[in-house]
Amino acid sequence: MYLSREEEAIYQGEKGETLRRMMEILVALGDSYGAEKLVPVRSVQIAGVSYKNIGQAGLEWISDLRGTVAVPSILNPAGMDLCRWKEMGIDEDFAEKQQQVIDAYRKLGVAIDCTCTPYQIYDSLAGPGDHLAWSESSAVSYANSVIGARTNREGGPSALAAALVGKTALYGYHLDENRRPTHRIEVEGDLRGSDYGALGFLVGGMVRDGVPFFRLPGLQAQPSRKDLKALGASMAASGSVALYYVEDVTPAPPSLGEEERICLGRKDIDEVYAAHPSEGVRAVALGCPHCSATELERIARLLEGRKVKKEMWVCTARKTAEQNPHLVRIIEESGARVYCDTCMVVSPASERLGKIMVNSGKALAYLPGLAGVKVGLGSLEECIDLALGRR
Amino acid sequence: MKIKCHRVASGRASGPALVSGQAISFLGNVNPETGVVVDPAHELFGESIAGKVLVFPGGKGSTVGSYVIYQLQKRGLAPAAMINLISEPIVAVGAVISGIPLVDRVGEEVLRIKSGTIVDVDADRELVQF
Repeated sequence: MYLSREEEAIYQGEKGETLRRMMEILVALGDSYGAEKLVPVRSVQIAGVSYKNIGQAGLEWISDLRGTVAVPSILNPAGMDLCRWKEMGIDEDFAEKQQQVIDAYRKLGVAIDCTCTPYQIYDSLAGPGDHLAWSESSAVSYANSVIGARTNREGGPSALAAALVGKTALYGYHLDENRRPTHRIEVEGDLRGSDYGALGFLVGGMVRDGVPFFRLPGLQAQPSRKDLKALGASMAASGSVALYYVEDVTPAPPSLGEEERICLGRKDIDEVYAAHPSEGVRAVALGCPHCSATELERIARLLEGRKVKKEMWVCTARKTAEQNPHLVRIIEESGARVYCDTCMVVSPASERLGKIMVNSGKALAYLPGLAGVKVGLGSLEECIDLALGRR
Repeated sequence: MKIKCHRVASGRASGPALVSGQAISFLGNVNPETGVVVDPAHELFGESIAGKVLVFPGGKGSTVGSYVIYQLQKRGLAPAAMINLISEPIVAVGAVISGIPLVDRVGEEVLRIKSGTIVDVDADRELVQF
């Protein structure tokens, strides 16, 4: 791999041991994927935050690093709400370890925003054509597909290396040749709300790490940003899709060719719901990926003046909650809880919830394996009706 | 015997070879507190990788495996060096962050090195000797 004179100097250790190691990570990955060179990144989103995932080994590594990030960098969700962890049922030992992980990142100059939706809280992190080093799979999918930026799905060390050096190796989704569609997905009929998550759940399992190009001729209304967020998130969970296209909605692909064709319809989507019924649900969890202000408003309107009968979580970024205190108040007055910095997928607290009702294809894909719980899938309205004891 | 190789993580070390034809998932296959292979399905089951020159085709499994290599190193239980046919990101990143010499792009003959043979891995000069 080609290195500029400045990069070579870092690689040889002239800027200190931490940067030398970080550069060595970028070069090792670049070499193994056949990258020609490094490219500057506009922002970094770092994986390896939840203590449930990284454990003692990860905590020790991050704590031993010295330095300051070179570009704006934020974090993936943590294993708990950093303020209200006790209420979630998190034990003291876990909370202490989780706090140590956060403190270690803070020392490196990383902004302590723990979210899978960086694009909902900052406009300045990503624009069309920007190279990024993001980690969380749904954020990667959104950045590549909806924003038109370019990022691979980074692991914890490679994201942190990109943050400290300010660059990443040029391979994978940074290059046009890897951004061409592999599958053409035709969907008959209309799609609404959680249908996008159900569709993504199906398609991710079919195309795995491919690049699907959707044609949706039957839509009554253009998909919203939240619909695209849900579609991408679930394909990244049931498969490992990091880039997709929707004809006339997202930025267009570099070219189209003879992709494999898959036709789906209402029946296929209804089967996803039917396979994950609401019987026996003990809790409701919304906000996977993290709720936007618009979604908080919708939830608040449905809960206003009512009381929930089941434990209900609404997960969002701390900034989104802080910017919408009136919505948070309405939701909390119903007895539901607005938890920040975390979500049902990465927090060990969801293990005690029993069967959980969700409106997210991503949560549907991950919760059984990661938290060992059963999951029901329904629309936002069905989820809230269940929480209110109306079903 | 001298073999040319490709440097993934810098440094030089030598030690007795521990050779496996099977990929290793450091998360799950190896106990980070003992350095012993604990997966009964793995052909190195029961072996300690501490201080060895670990020769294997490459890594697999969770990316948390990189951190496990680091944890082993901090406890003095990591391999002295590693040789892969082709390194994938989990082992490559783990070796780099831990300062363990790692080389790859060697021929399959390295998998025929007898365990216990003293092997010298010089990643900086891209040379394996035994």
